[in-house]
Amino acid sequence: MAERSFAKEVQSLRLGAGETFEGEAILAVTKALLQAGVGYVGGYQGAPVSHLMDVLADASDILDELGVSFESSASEATAAAMLATSINYPIRGAVTWKSTVGTNVASDALANLASAGVTGGAMIVVGEDYGEGASIMQERTHAFAMKSQIWLLDPRTDLPTMVRMVEQGFDLSEASHTPVMFMMRIRACHMYGRFDTRDNRRPAFSAADALAKPERTYDRIILPPSTYLQEQEKINERWPAAVRYIQEHRLNEVFGPAECEVGLVVQGGLYNTVMRGLERLGLADIYGETRIPVYVLNVTYPLIPDELEAFAAGKKALLVIEEGQPEFLEQAIGSQLAASGHAVRVIGKGPLPRAGEYTGAVVLEGLRKFLSEYAPDRLRPTREIVVPLRPSTRLAANVPPRPSGLCTGCPERPLFASLNLLQREMGALHVSADIGCHSFATLPPFNLGASIMGYGLGSAGAAALNHVEGRRAISLMGDGGFWHNGLTSGIGNAVYNKHDGVTIIVDNGYSAATGGQFIPSSRGEMSGRDLKHPIEKAVRGVGVEWVRRIGTYDMKESMNVLREALTTPFRGPKVVIAEGECQLNRQRRTAGPLRQREQSGGRVVKQRFGVDETVCTGDHSCIRLSGCPSLTLKPSSDPLRPEPVAHVDETCVGCGVCGEVAHAAILCPSFHRVDTVVNPGWWERWLSVLRRRVIGWLAGLPRESVA
Amino acid sequence: MSAPSRPVSLVIGALGGQGGGVVVDWMTRVAAASGWLIQATSVPGVAQRTGATIYYLEMFPESALPADGRRPIMALMPSPGDVDVVVASEWVEAGRMIQRGLVTPDRTTLIASTHRSYTVAEKSHPGDGRADPAAIRQEAEQAARRLVALDMDALATRNGAIISAVILGCIAGGSGLPFALEAYRQAIRDNGIAVEANLRAFDAALKFLEVGTAASNAGEAAGASDAAPIPSALVERLEHEFPESSWPVLRLGVARLIDYQDARHAALYLDRLAPLAVTTGQGGEQLLEATARGLALWMSFEDTIRVAELKTRPERLAEVMRPASARPGSVVELTDFLRPRIEEICGTLPAGLGLWMRGSPTWRKLIGRWTGGRKIRTSTISGYLFLRSLAGLKRWRRFTLRYREENQVIEEWLQAISAKAGSHPALALELANCQRLVRGYGDTHERGMVRFRQIMAGAISAADPVAWVAEQRTQALAEVPSP
Repeated sequence: MAERSFAKEVQSLRLGAGETFEGEAILAVTKALLQAGVGYVGGYQGAPVSHLMDVLADASDILDELGVSFESSASEATAAAMLATSINYPIRGAVTWKSTVGTNVASDALANLASAGVTGGAMIVVGEDYGEGASIMQERTHAFAMKSQIWLLDPRTDLPTMVRMVEQGFDLSEASHTPVMFMMRIRACHMYGRFDTRDNRRPAFSAADALAKPERTYDRIILPPSTYLQEQEKINERWPAAVRYIQEHRLNEVFGPAECEVGLVVQGGLYNTVMRGLERLGLADIYGETRIPVYVLNVTYPLIPDELEAFAAGKKALLVIEEGQPEFLEQAIGSQLAASGHAVRVIGKGPLPRAGEYTGAVVLEGLRKFLSEYAPDRLRPTREIVVPLRPSTRLAANVPPRPSGLCTGCPERPLFASLNLLQREMGALHVSADIGCHSFATLPPFNLGASIMGYGLGSAGAAALNHVEGRRAISLMGDGGFWHNGLTSGIGNAVYNKHDGVTIIVDNGYSAATGGQFIPSSRGEMSGRDLKHPIEKAVRGVGVEWVRRIGTYDMKESMNVLREALTTPFRGPKVVIAEGECQLNRQRRTAGPLRQREQSGGRVVKQRFGVDETVCTGDHSCIRLSGCPSLTLKPSSDPLRPEPVAHVDETCVGCGVCGEVAHAAILCPSFHRVDTVVNPGWWERWLSVLRRRVIGWLAGLPRESVA
Repeated sequence: MSAPSRPVSLVIGALGGQGGGVVVDWMTRVAAASGWLIQATSVPGVAQRTGATIYYLEMFPESALPADGRRPIMALMPSPGDVDVVVASEWVEAGRMIQRGLVTPDRTTLIASTHRSYTVAEKSHPGDGRADPAAIRQEAEQAARRLVALDMDALATRNGAIISAVILGCIAGGSGLPFALEAYRQAIRDNGIAVEANLRAFDAALKFLEVGTAASNAGEAAGASDAAPIPSALVERLEHEFPESSWPVLRLGVARLIDYQDARHAALYLDRLAPLAVTTGQGGEQLLEATARGLALWMSFEDTIRVAELKTRPERLAEVMRPASARPGSVVELTDFLRPRIEEICGTLPAGLGLWMRGSPTWRKLIGRWTGGRKIRTSTISGYLFLRSLAGLKRWRRFTLRYREENQVIEEWLQAISAKAGSHPALALELANCQRLVRGYGDTHERGMVRFRQIMAGAISAADPVAWVAEQRTQALAEVPSP
């Protein structure tokens, strides 16, 4: 029941041999999994691979037909552990998550999976959340691949190549008894393109087969002495097998002339950007015909020594184009070539920046620097590259940043406004924030939250502050994070350690920030998932005694309960469950039925807020408290008062927060609400006419505006 | 456009929720139907929750492909100097595109909507924190090969569609891409969502681009619409006693105060300003104007009577009770959100009584029952009558506690200005401008008043009082109470 429905698109998953798929890369990868005969899939949503989970959820019919089982895993750790089936049985499994955050969570299971080794192919599709649009700290999945010896695929962003790499990735996994990671960069996930499809494959070995003939081999267990043997096996058997497979099946690619004094070693995912850079420098055409040799690592781990040495032969210098840091590839390539006696210079960070996304401009500049030093003769641009005008400081001053924020009508807005009003009353509070939409509370105008430690870790993030007498700390946690791990890492921990602080669990009914997927406490209906498990029951179940539920839109009540939580003599963890349905999902859920009801003559009330321009004095306190996108500014029409006035635009969904804020904050009397009753009853209509006539007469309104 | 030798690149800079993804869907349909290869990418995730986001498309005609089956390599992100068309769905976003270097004079057509969707930073400013649209225009004219600026939002609203349909119209009519208009229309139909409205908005955008791409920065809706006739006696006084340069602001002030109270109130206004009319010369007129402006606002302070009057004005009722969602047969109800405090209630009482009651714990407790959030249903007869009777207290306003207290401060302020008008006009002007601190309601008004008093008192002892007052005032105006 996610924000975006793929109900129509998933039909393309049924395409067979000789047909052409057209659509987003996420969908293409799903199709590739089915073509590869995957037996089970799981994962946890999160950009940029949220839609992969949504596609799978919407494709449940197709998965059922093929006998593929699918789980919306409780966390990335759950998803990783799910791959255990492939340790003992020849079943292909795939899981997906946002990386590196999800990989962090999954690490325990991943490390054990990698040590045990697999029989059936195991693939982890990681959405590398790096660069523009990323919502997490900037790190590389590459480190995880290296530490656990999981092969890392980073294919060129071109649908046929990506699809082929999914299929060959499973073969590689089985050939080397090692799980593989398939890395997708942010932009690649939503890339629209096409490829020629093949028939889907039913998994040859099913879960039923496994249960009918359970297998157990002691040397796959993570206990000494097996673990020592496994490490030896990784190095002496699986690694060489992987190198052999990659080499034999030419997973990596070399383009360009055999002879050249320089060459480029490129992560597959950066290939398009690099080729555009070469093209702009006049060193390649748009079809990839290049005058500088390019070695494309569609597999960035492990490296293939023979290929590397062959590519380096006769070259003076190599530029390793590797996004992010540390520069694992550059170091590995440098030491490998040095060890085998090559005199070639291996360059990377230097011409290219050490940190930050490798955008087109960055790569172009890096190429230019590298070539002008090591192959200046080749650098003869055929086309002049226009350097954009340096934007003026005046422009900079007039282009304010526009970070993401809470949506119009978001139920979390009144909660944070209440917290801020409470701080006015009680003084500043320590707020430990969490991952989710509520992370936006750390931004203006709320400016709430001192730290974010991870998904579901808001409560744990304040643990050290929970043993102090007197002032209490506030922790935030979303319902998504709560079910992911917060129930144990936060709430259970608080009970066991006798915390005295307050945890606010934001219960908006969905994993909202990742696209509105269902979670155990969701109130909706979904076949194949068991929902409607109240958070309160779970919280009480782990031993919390002080639990209150508030409706966030009632700010007065919210403030009362939060005040009580912060001041009650009760010792022990206090949990406030702040309820309010995610407005985006609510709108999607109710818009259709409401329209239908209106069209069929049923009574429908539409509410909208407004600001009386003549009453507003333009100090914008209301905006600083609420921050709603629909509460904005309008030029003042009062020539004596030039400051812009507050204004509610037509996107208002009538959530009521404007009125609550005006009341709770003792703001100004500018706000009003207009209720439009469509298809009113006869009594309502009669009363309205009467009122209009009387008021119209009293106010001296012209007759036509009364009617 | 002749067959391109490189992929044609198109950037759409939009805000989350504006439907940029729909434009991408339409464009992929248009390109496919026209025999072009297309690759579209976007930055997904939380960036789409109201934040700025970018969609990037590259297109190449299949007819220009080589016979050996090779395909062009398309970039996944726009690069400075490598973009043919940039569509910005909001004016500051256009600025952002320029800032990112995506608009270059050799090749980029910039199609930008002139409407503003204010950022939190701009909106939160306690005064006027809005970006200067002229600065962006100047930069846009220099940066782009061709600039097409129009109010896409207004066009969309007028046609009952979301802005994405107007963006598509702009691409069709303003980008120079060689696709047939019918291909765009068919894409809208095939997509199947809000087809009628989207087609309307699409065609409206096309028409707008044809008729003339004159920039349509919605004209300033300025003007003294509340120009009630000023009694001739006051006009005469105004023109006799005051320099001509001050007439416009004085007229506004007089009209405002007649509307607020009566002609006597407006006469008091002129009386109060009269001493400043004689201090002419350098700075004199400027001082008069600033004081006249501030005094007019101050003498029309927002008490409960004023609020009730504004809320029950026939023009207001007529406007508010006609929402866009109303249809024939639907009923409209109006609720006003008031929250009087003890101070507001006592302020409306006769000065002596109000003062006493405000100071009496017993009365405070009693009055306290009336304070707190009140929802007045102004569209009901009782609700309307309540506000109307409150507004009717206007005739006794001069006896209220609030009137007395405000006028005390006004007099002090005027005295301070007059005292410096001759000897130190620059300081007098700074003091005059301090009226801006006293505004708003409840806490905001109280906080402003405290800062006002601090500055007025501190001005005497400051070493460089002009600079000090100016700095303190600017600071106080930008000050946001924490949190």
